[in-house]
Amino acid sequence: MSKETNFIFNQTPQVLQKKKYCRFKKHGIRYIDYKDAEFLLKFVNEQGKILPRRITGTSLKYQRKISVAIKRARHLALLPFLADGLK
Amino acid sequence: MNTNQYETVIILTPVLSEQQMKDAVAGYRELITGNGGKLVHEENWGLTKLAYPIQKKGTGFYHLFEFTANPEFIKSFELAFRRDERVLRYLTVKLDRWGVDFNQRKRNGELRTVTPQGEKVVVKKKVEIEEDEL
Repeated sequence: MSKETNFIFNQTPQVLQKKKYCRFKKHGIRYIDYKDAEFLLKFVNEQGKILPRRITGTSLKYQRKISVAIKRARHLALLPFLADGLK
Repeated sequence: MNTNQYETVIILTPVLSEQQMKDAVAGYRELITGNGGKLVHEENWGLTKLAYPIQKKGTGFYHLFEFTANPEFIKSFELAFRRDERVLRYLTVKLDRWGVDFNQRKRNGELRTVTPQGEKVVVKKKVEIEEDEL
């Protein structure tokens, strides 16, 4: 919440937030497994929607791969298309 | 002949008995090997809860094949799934070299659990399968 208000009033954040980074680049992960539903849950909000990269900090290259992996997982009923309170 | 490495996951109806499920899987295994494909790996996840109902079924037998085959074979392979009423869903994915590498390492158990931080894991799997079966 505080982050949003800061954005609107264009203030510098009171508490400096940690810089976001792409966890795939950092850990050298090259392949995203669509069968690992628990892992993909981190890139999804509680309704089951894919989180934007401005929130997760993922790089574009891996965001594309995540979105493909999540869609595959949905097809195989490993993740729901829509849900209530996934987390 | 060029070959690629593929990975197929199928979901079979929970209506089948254990033996019928094994027969169905064996049939597809033969289909792969009989058409010049080579099985690399196989996994049976057993009766697993689906995230949403498919054909009014809440659970399904998941089975995974990893194999190398000609690209032409995939078409007939998927046609067999479409004709088969026992198969609720199927997905075939061509593995790139990172995918092949990933699966190899996973099998050898070299993979540490991905992302050391951010432990907000929701375990919703393999619970209360017996209750709302069918």
